[in-house]
Amino acid sequence: MQKELIKNLGIQDLETVASSGMDFSEKARSASFLQQDNRVEFYKSLSDGVEILSVEEAREKLPEIKEYWGKAFRLLNREFPEDTQGGYFVRVKKGRTVHLPIQACLFLKAQGFKQKVHNIIILEEGAKAYLITGCSASKAAGEGFHLGISEFFIHKGAHLNFTMIHSWKEDVSVKPISIALLDAEASFISNYICLKPVREIVMYPSAVLAGAKARASFNSLLLSHPGSFQDIGSRVILKAKDTQAEIIARAVSTGGKVISRGHLKAENRDIKAHLECRGLILSEKGTIHAIPEMESDFRDVDMSHEAAIGKINKEEIEYLCSRGFSAQEAQSIIVRGFMDVGVLALPELLKQEISGIEDKMLSEAF
Amino acid sequence: MLEIKDLSVEVAGKKIIRNINLNIDDSETMVLFGPNGSGKTTLIKAIMGFEGYHIKSGKIVFNGKDMNDSPIEQRVRERIGIMYQHPPKIRGVKLAQIANFLTSDKAKITRLAEKLSLREHLNRDVNLGFSGGEMKRSELLQVLLQEPRLLLLDEPESGVDLENISLMGEVLNDYLKQKDKSALIITHTGYILDYVKVKKGCVMIDGRFWCTGGPKEMFETIKKKGYEKCTECHDAKRVD
Repeated sequence: MQKELIKNLGIQDLETVASSGMDFSEKARSASFLQQDNRVEFYKSLSDGVEILSVEEAREKLPEIKEYWGKAFRLLNREFPEDTQGGYFVRVKKGRTVHLPIQACLFLKAQGFKQKVHNIIILEEGAKAYLITGCSASKAAGEGFHLGISEFFIHKGAHLNFTMIHSWKEDVSVKPISIALLDAEASFISNYICLKPVREIVMYPSAVLAGAKARASFNSLLLSHPGSFQDIGSRVILKAKDTQAEIIARAVSTGGKVISRGHLKAENRDIKAHLECRGLILSEKGTIHAIPEMESDFRDVDMSHEAAIGKINKEEIEYLCSRGFSAQEAQSIIVRGFMDVGVLALPELLKQEISGIEDKMLSEAF
Repeated sequence: MLEIKDLSVEVAGKKIIRNINLNIDDSETMVLFGPNGSGKTTLIKAIMGFEGYHIKSGKIVFNGKDMNDSPIEQRVRERIGIMYQHPPKIRGVKLAQIANFLTSDKAKITRLAEKLSLREHLNRDVNLGFSGGEMKRSELLQVLLQEPRLLLLDEPESGVDLENISLMGEVLNDYLKQKDKSALIITHTGYILDYVKVKKGCVMIDGRFWCTGGPKEMFETIKKKGYEKCTECHDAKRVD
């Protein structure tokens, strides 16, 4: 990665960007993209199976992008903001398996800046890839705003494992809007991690399983700090036969307000879907509101959900104390266990890395 | 090692343990019998210092130190260890994490886990999805890694098949054979007596000790005649 850029970012921002999963060495990455505010700093592909561009450049150079732009929104009869600047374009070529993750970073730097991006991600037929996106804000970026639109097109038999790490701060508001369209036998795994304070996040990413045997799973780990408001959910629309979906959410509130939504919609009889939301409230001031929804026009679909919210069981603390942990250590180990990255369907390559990031963030909180 | 003097314990405002006296010496194992609800588990939990077990009178003294107001961790540091009858399931906390906290000797963990057929359980969430027997073995693994001087075992063999009782019994016996290791064992089935050398038995009914004696004879009598026989002869042998 360009030395100059690293120099420009400064040590503090470098650390912030790295804390959201950006590997500046690029040793274990197949492609990289970095945008600061509305300026695309660089993009580079290290694999001939991956095309990576700024989305503006892709729209200029690649005429076929026109049909993808806004397609996911049109399919769901939804509007989308047109005043975006920047964002990344990623295309993984037909039949290619890209073993190293593709990385993208959207960074907020200027005071009061409103970053609005539109990303397009295409996995051609039979392609397989990992994408890790880190979104973060410089300590200097007060009162920032981030709007991130992402459209995922996962074609027949393709597989995308997408991990998004949010690493914001107390005075930043965030609104990601994303839709994934899946063709037959395609699969999409979305892992979402947000452990740092934020003013407000409102997001409800959706996946549309349009082709038979398509599968989607959304997994999220959320830590809500005092003063944070997070209205976060996932939605899967199961349109085609033999499709499957799973939504797993873990939320811990140390004083923030969390609305944990989930929506499974069966538009076909032969589907299977499960939704699970677990919440831990560690402070009197914290609230978690779980809203699991299941919708079906058919009587005989296989859909289920479980939701559990509460404080840490006193008996669990006492049990660990009887093994010699202090009460505080016991609480910490239970919370860390609850937020274990094992809940996410991370690729082996990223598991250790993300576990390290999570450890660092949680050790700041507990 | 452990001295309990005139101890009374209340749980949720109800008196469960009534003025009991008990001594366990170094290298001594004592077994505690008694019908359900007689206060055996309450006694063990009070010795361990669990919240909600209020000492209304008397003293718990361990190695000469008054433990009445010590938090659980302090009692653990003094080397008292408990094996739960019904341990909680803790999602996300691996058995290996607890084991690694208890000792830095990885080979020891592996050795003991292998002995107790728990190698694969180390990487699982503690007690989550464990069978009754697996839970007991996991309890024994943890408590032995703590190397306590006093082991408090709450029905170590309940829900365990005979093959595993023998396995656990042998492991436990090996531990207790070491110098200065003592235990207080609650048992319903008495199976553990086939593996562990116990010289003293005691019957608890309605929060009191009714009699003490040789554990095997005592258990045989209980098996044949029930706890009523104990109440009949308590005038002769009552210890409190």
